Amino acid sequence: MKYQLVSGFETHVELATATKIFCGCTTKFGGAPNTHCCPVCTGQPGALPVLNKKVVEYAIRAGLALHCTINTVTHLDRKNYCYPDLPKAYQISQFDKPLCEHGYVELESGKRIRILRIHIEEDAGKLVHERGTSYIDYNRGGVPLIEIVSEPDISSPEEAREYVEKLQLTMRYVGVSDCKMQEGSMRCDVNISLKERNSDQLGTRTEIKNMNSISHIEKAMEYEAKRQAEILDDGGEVVQATMRFDENTGETYVMRTKEDAQDYRYFPEPDLLEVVIPQKKVDEIAATLPELPLEKYNRYTKVLGINPANARLLYKYKAVCDFFESCLALGAGVKNTANLILGTVYSTLNTEEEKELFDIKVSPENMAELVKLADGGKINITLAQMTLAKMLESGKPLTEYIREEDLAGISDGDLEELCRQAIAANPKAVEDYKNGKEKAISGLYGYIKRATQGKADIRKADAIIKNLLK
Amino acid sequence: MSRIQQLSSALRDKKISSEELTIEYVKRTERLNPVLNAYVCTTFAEAIDNARAADKLIAKGEGTLLTGIPMALKDNIATDGLPTTCCSKILQGYRPYYDAAVWQKLKSQGAVLMGKTNMDEFAMGSTSETSVYGAPLNPVNTAHVTGGSSGGSAAAVKADMAVYALGSDTGGSIRQPAAFCGAVGFKPTYGAVSRYGLIAYGSSLDQIGPLTSSVQDAAIVYDAIRGKDVRDQTSLCTPQGETKLTGDVKGLKIGVADEFFEGINPEIKSAIDAAICLYERAGAQVKRISIPALKSALPVYYIIACAEASSNLGRYDGIRYGFRAKDYADIDDMVVKTRTQGFGREVKKRIMLGTYVLSSGYFDAYYKKACLIRQQIISEFKNVFSDCDILIAPAAPVTAFTLGYSGGNPIEMYLSDVCTVPVNIAGLPAVSLPCGKDKQGLPIGMQVIADRLCDGTALSAALFFEKEAGIVIENQGDIK
Repeated sequence: MKYQLVSGFETHVELATATKIFCGCTTKFGGAPNTHCCPVCTGQPGALPVLNKKVVEYAIRAGLALHCTINTVTHLDRKNYCYPDLPKAYQISQFDKPLCEHGYVELESGKRIRILRIHIEEDAGKLVHERGTSYIDYNRGGVPLIEIVSEPDISSPEEAREYVEKLQLTMRYVGVSDCKMQEGSMRCDVNISLKERNSDQLGTRTEIKNMNSISHIEKAMEYEAKRQAEILDDGGEVVQATMRFDENTGETYVMRTKEDAQDYRYFPEPDLLEVVIPQKKVDEIAATLPELPLEKYNRYTKVLGINPANARLLYKYKAVCDFFESCLALGAGVKNTANLILGTVYSTLNTEEEKELFDIKVSPENMAELVKLADGGKINITLAQMTLAKMLESGKPLTEYIREEDLAGISDGDLEELCRQAIAANPKAVEDYKNGKEKAISGLYGYIKRATQGKADIRKADAIIKNLLK
Repeated sequence: MSRIQQLSSALRDKKISSEELTIEYVKRTERLNPVLNAYVCTTFAEAIDNARAADKLIAKGEGTLLTGIPMALKDNIATDGLPTTCCSKILQGYRPYYDAAVWQKLKSQGAVLMGKTNMDEFAMGSTSETSVYGAPLNPVNTAHVTGGSSGGSAAAVKADMAVYALGSDTGGSIRQPAAFCGAVGFKPTYGAVSRYGLIAYGSSLDQIGPLTSSVQDAAIVYDAIRGKDVRDQTSLCTPQGETKLTGDVKGLKIGVADEFFEGINPEIKSAIDAAICLYERAGAQVKRISIPALKSALPVYYIIACAEASSNLGRYDGIRYGFRAKDYADIDDMVVKTRTQGFGREVKKRIMLGTYVLSSGYFDAYYKKACLIRQQIISEFKNVFSDCDILIAPAAPVTAFTLGYSGGNPIEMYLSDVCTVPVNIAGLPAVSLPCGKDKQGLPIGMQVIADRLCDGTALSAALFFEKEAGIVIENQGDIK
């Protein structure tokens, strides 16, 4: 391609505080319309905002996790615009002095997407169009948001995906947001322009508003880049505009152009005081930051020796990592723990959400006990998998399934005897095997598994059988 | 004893019940309000209920000085379930579902609310004539305005349709009508009284305060409504305990700044000069000083107040409450028509001015510059108060205008705020009290200004003059 894609993101993330940014109403998603509301968040005349300190703390936490510097003296501003979902006709936000500045998100390749700023602000309500009428639900109004603004450092849809995933993961790791794009707790505005390769001259950009899924972001970026490339190839000029992405057609369309750009008439919010954060507070928050996603990935691959593909499947989910690491702390081995989680446990978790929640019936203690038996060769991996599956199903502890006396396992002599019986009982399979059908031998395994209720070590049995049939 | 003290002890001593007292005030209001138009909404039924409840409180010995006393609230103070319209068409029919902090406090003490008082629309004006309900009339002379914007509160108190009333003061809206009507008006330090539930005009300037018939009563009401409120971040902790007024001015250092006297009606100037002499004779020390930045106070005030107002008034769009225009094509059309029909001329003018000064390209030249000069004014006041206890100044450069006069002279109207706006810009406390009459018999108001959070100093110094001078301002013959 003749052009290089240049893209920057403005990402809105809802903070997971229990109450709203300027009042005591709950931030819970859903609820009957206009039930999570009060005079403050519905903008009743005379009501005044009070800044929720937790919001500032969460935002600092997010900022530190993205390697930002924190402005310890800052303030809030009014962004004035008129829209039915905005009950005061201004959004309390930050303009010239954002809480956090100059951070970055590091991709696995080592490339850094710079963060220009992160500021705090309030969410708006929601318009609901039903039966030919429009209604407004202010439950979401006043829910705290951070807006994370990146520099235009993203140069492909793939990088965009990784950037958003990394942001999402980081926010979840530090516990400031669940970042559920489908529920709107994370939304992206995507700025896109093209420049000629080997040129420093940036092109005119367009902004695609309110993207709420990563795959839509990729599609929209591809479509928009193609659209701009066609305009440039025809000798035309890209018009600076705000666009929407139509999920059904997969196309972008113009919402408004620069001529009708709004003048938000920002000015400092007179109802709130200057926000002064003691450096000590920032240090305290920094001290409680957990290991961040990329650090974890690097440790899993480089220190624990997990292969990159498996490491990615684990570190993608905060709760999984917590469970995994608890098992290791209890003495379980890396390999068996990882394999059992990725195989047996994941097979019971069908959706991304279920994996994120990782609400399973087995405790790390029970899991560790099981893994340690496998680690020590007291049970084979097949039995471990089968037992784990039962434990996941019933929630009962390991001792329900494996008794002390089982742990002796099958002696080598007994196993050889069993193998002989298996050969005698399956003449057809044996003949097929001898005629070169390697797979036929699996019929014999079934016999041994049944006879030992899965306790026999099948790899050992395999060696014995093959030896006997030589 | 002050009016509140007298009535309160009569209630405590069972000489009269609150119910009887309230009925007297209801009768008086029914007789006088049709003339004076001080109340835009009366709440007599609730008042009688409140009075009965107050009587029970008093019987149990749980009353305060304000229990059972009939009072009034300006129409921009939110009252749960009762109309609160800022005297604007756009808030027609609006009944808040919560109480303002000040009303909550007074209600819990058993205050008896007579009604909501008339005011300039959204507190924008100096005569109360921009009210959608028409102007209230001055009880001293009904051919004249009450001043504004808390004109209804001043008239209600002066005509004794309420023992006291709350007003709000953004650029003089308590002090100037008090001066025009011959009442006492007190604007506390910015933040001393919670603004929670005060419908905003200029948020960084607005402050609630009392209008009363005496300085002592102003202190009593002030004590009942002040203090830190967690719902208003700009509110402040005020000194513990009752504000005790000594009225002793011996050794008090009084600053008299030339800038407050420029362009002042000579009759007013000489009344203030006479008052200052009285202080001097009682042992106060008078210093002539200068506060040069005050020259810019008016433009600074109008820029900041209008900028904040343009944002504060954006929410009146007809969607959630209040007036909504009929016949509209779509939502944008509805909002435009609602605002066009719902706001009066003066309000629209200030919204436009405020929108302009905040617009990109003009922000630095107007709003930002005004904020810088504001800091300058604050620091000059700070300097002054390092060497003075109070400042004495006129409350207004003129006495009450005749009705209808302001319509033709908008600039003169804006200029009439020149004595009061500096106090709001710097967030200072100031009392306005009568200090004489002009040739027409109209009251002249004097301001006593103190440093931030020295509200008691201002009130105490005002009390001295009130006692010493014994000024009596009679109402017009038929308003007795």
